[in-house]
Amino acid sequence: MSMQSESANTRPGRWQPAVTQDPMLHKHGALGQPVSRIDGPLKVQGKARFAAEFPYDGLCYAALAFSTIARGRITALDTTAAEAAPGVVLVMTHRNAPRMKAPSLMMSSPTAAGASDLPVMQDDEIHWNGQPIAVVLAETQEQADHAASLVRADYAPLPAVTSFDEAKKSPRQLDNLLGQPPVVEIGDAEAALKAAAVQVDQIYRTPRHNHNAIELHAATVAWTGDELRVHDASQLLDLTAGQLADIFGLESDKVRVSSPFVGGGFGGKCLWDHQILACAAARLAGRPVRIMLSREGVFRIVGGRTLTEQRVALGASADGNLDALIHTGIAAMTTHNSCPEQFTFPARHLYAAKSIRLAQEVADMDMLANTFMRAPGESVGTFALECAIDELADKLGLDPIELRRRIEPETDPTSGKPFSSRHLIDAYEKGAERFGWDRRSPTPRQRRDGEWLIGMGCATATYPYHRFPGGAARIRLTAGGQVTVSTAVHDMGMGTATAQAQHIAARLGVPLNQVSFEYGDTTLPRGVIAGGSTQTASIGGAVIAATEVFVEELLKLAGNDSPLAGLSLAEVETRDGGIGHRDDAARFESYESILRRSGRDELVCEADAPPPAEMEAFSMHSYGAQFCEVRVSEITGEVRVSRFLGSFDAGRILNAKTATSQFKGGIIMGIGLALTEETNFDPRSGRIVNASLADYHVPVQMDVPAIEILYTDIPDPQAPMGARGIGEIGITGVGAAVANAVYNATGKRIRDLPITLDKLM
Amino acid sequence: MNFTINGQSVEVEADIRSSLLDLLRNSLGFTGTKKGCDQGACGACTVLVDGERINSCLALAVQYQGRSITTVEGLGSDGALHPLQQAFVEHDGFQCGYCTPGQLCSAIGMAREIERNVPSVVTADLTAASVTVDETELRERMSGNLCRCGAYNGIIEAISETLAETSASQTPASSHERARA
Repeated sequence: MSMQSESANTRPGRWQPAVTQDPMLHKHGALGQPVSRIDGPLKVQGKARFAAEFPYDGLCYAALAFSTIARGRITALDTTAAEAAPGVVLVMTHRNAPRMKAPSLMMSSPTAAGASDLPVMQDDEIHWNGQPIAVVLAETQEQADHAASLVRADYAPLPAVTSFDEAKKSPRQLDNLLGQPPVVEIGDAEAALKAAAVQVDQIYRTPRHNHNAIELHAATVAWTGDELRVHDASQLLDLTAGQLADIFGLESDKVRVSSPFVGGGFGGKCLWDHQILACAAARLAGRPVRIMLSREGVFRIVGGRTLTEQRVALGASADGNLDALIHTGIAAMTTHNSCPEQFTFPARHLYAAKSIRLAQEVADMDMLANTFMRAPGESVGTFALECAIDELADKLGLDPIELRRRIEPETDPTSGKPFSSRHLIDAYEKGAERFGWDRRSPTPRQRRDGEWLIGMGCATATYPYHRFPGGAARIRLTAGGQVTVSTAVHDMGMGTATAQAQHIAARLGVPLNQVSFEYGDTTLPRGVIAGGSTQTASIGGAVIAATEVFVEELLKLAGNDSPLAGLSLAEVETRDGGIGHRDDAARFESYESILRRSGRDELVCEADAPPPAEMEAFSMHSYGAQFCEVRVSEITGEVRVSRFLGSFDAGRILNAKTATSQFKGGIIMGIGLALTEETNFDPRSGRIVNASLADYHVPVQMDVPAIEILYTDIPDPQAPMGARGIGEIGITGVGAAVANAVYNATGKRIRDLPITLDKLM
Repeated sequence: MNFTINGQSVEVEADIRSSLLDLLRNSLGFTGTKKGCDQGACGACTVLVDGERINSCLALAVQYQGRSITTVEGLGSDGALHPLQQAFVEHDGFQCGYCTPGQLCSAIGMAREIERNVPSVVTADLTAASVTVDETELRERMSGNLCRCGAYNGIIEAISETLAETSASQTPASSHERARA
């Protein structure tokens, strides 16, 4: 076991982020191959066990009762009927819940996982409409559900801000936007806009969304003395364990959280009240508890994407250069969370402009804490920005791809940093050719098939590269040549286990069938979160570090009787199941031989990832060009997406099959964002009124055409494996590509999502 | 209550309010069948009852006594995957895998509906001797099964391939159903 120090990090042969490249950049092997999911057979047989599917003796089932006001106090809480109902084990309310510390806001400390920092069921205060006011435990789910319906509450309501129109009258400026300055000003953009030859100045609106992973949020929890075991559906295992330990006053090693399978996350499978309440109720009852939220429950207590109102103003010269780029606006938030929906982020790096003004504020509302949902910020920010770019191209009489070619920056327009790797125009050109963009008429309403008007649109996709520090990886090599790499990360369907097995096979030069990847359990070396398209690169950083230690340990074990004698890390490479001199094919010894000669059964090495210095030195982003064809009924206003193509520049692709699926999945969620998805929030009561999958419309089979995916597959020289992360980028730009296609079909600009029939009538 | 589940006779005591879904998952341990909405909107709970696809969350278990129920656990045989299960793996017809059992059962039930010439809303000629199976028909008929990861293309590819490989006389029914027939 070895931890890296700063000095070790600069030793020859070690990866120094921003200085040297990952040696994997020039290796391939299993990397990139369309390998089928390793866990596929388990999933298609129904054998993959999800959070609510772990049996325990004496298990009881939980159901929640929710508040019906947005703000105020509980004045009376009658639980007698619920307690008397058949099968009820107990009813927990703020009166008898164990005393617990409040969660701390995610990113406020290394173990903070709270989506909100409100105390959970500790007092009579109500902060949002839908807050849990009671937990019922019973012998069966039916008994618990029935008893929860018998809980009666009276309230003393307080004035609540439940209207966005009211809330935005008192905007709040944030200190920072996820660590970035909330305001960016280069030159006098407003003056430049006024003076510009061509202007676009529009307001765009995007609604609330819910992740709506098909797996309902669930946890199975059990206490053994002071040890807490949680089977969760989680995309932040270690943070959840640390936060639960803090809430219940336990040592962090007393909490074990595992989550080998997660039925979809998209930012929603984090720590919310239900896990905390289940742990508290299990402690109170002295029995294991299973909680599985109803779909309504998911809407009531798991936050979603907030709504935004954005202004984009572009001033251009007649030849299509930007004199002014302004992107400002406001998003609804609460005073007890920290998710600002950073929609101005894309404008920070996408286009060159002589003057820039970017600023966003929040409007505080009395509502469930909003949270991160697939491409937070970029998904809705690209809707506004990329629609405005299309409007500008139209005014300039330029093809929208040609306009983007003219405003393509050489360095990051706001930070001035060099791009690590940027091939946006390349992605546009390849996509345009494949999609048949040249068949698009620049004038709207030129193509028709009976009642259906047909149009094409495009838009830029973008999402930043991030690599989180703090992750570790352990490599275990057995005498039989089996390699196991372990880290407490997550596979919610991204294909982590499969892509990482390919990565490890290629990095260590061993066949794929000799590699196992262990994840999904806090007993493993500390893992990073699955969020912000960061997990793959973050695992990569830790595996690089562990591999360096692994090779150095093997060189030591090889000793003087090996063809490797005297060689250092910088002089060797892993290949063909062993270590060899970089330039001398004859100097080689296999892993098995080294272990055998040194009398070892196994070698175990662990290391932490080096800090992400590459993010400081370079502007690092993934890019893409989204192409959409729509058919719009002139009679009903119905919009059908008839063709879609996404052309991405996301660095090295690790698995062609699973990556293609992930890009498509993002695009499909983007089609929902464009056309159907909206969480309806009653501004009078603050209650979500479409809290079901019957009323919240995610795309179904019939809404989704065959989607085509292209990617540049150009490795990013600054990223581990050359891979920048692909989870979010698919959804970005889709809303604008659809809206721009709708304009091309109909001549109508819809600047208010979703593009429902009424807006086109 | 008595049921035949995946060819095995099962006797269980359960709350008469239990849905077939909760009975399968909570009382009998058939956790392959999934709950996604509990109100018939997502299709994750789809199982086959005497070969017909139903949303088990909308079915009171007590009403299905004596019926033959097939869940995802009963699709393969002797440890081998059903051809449709194999096709889902090859065409990446899922990501997280949570909606997958419902998609599989639904597709198998759908194949029988097509075999019986049951039209759908997009069937152009209701009087035709047999339904012309194209991508639009399959997409329409599978629209009751939501997939939030967005594996829809792979699902249709997997179903199309499996249907094409299965002769008209041999629908992709489960092995024990075939054995019974």
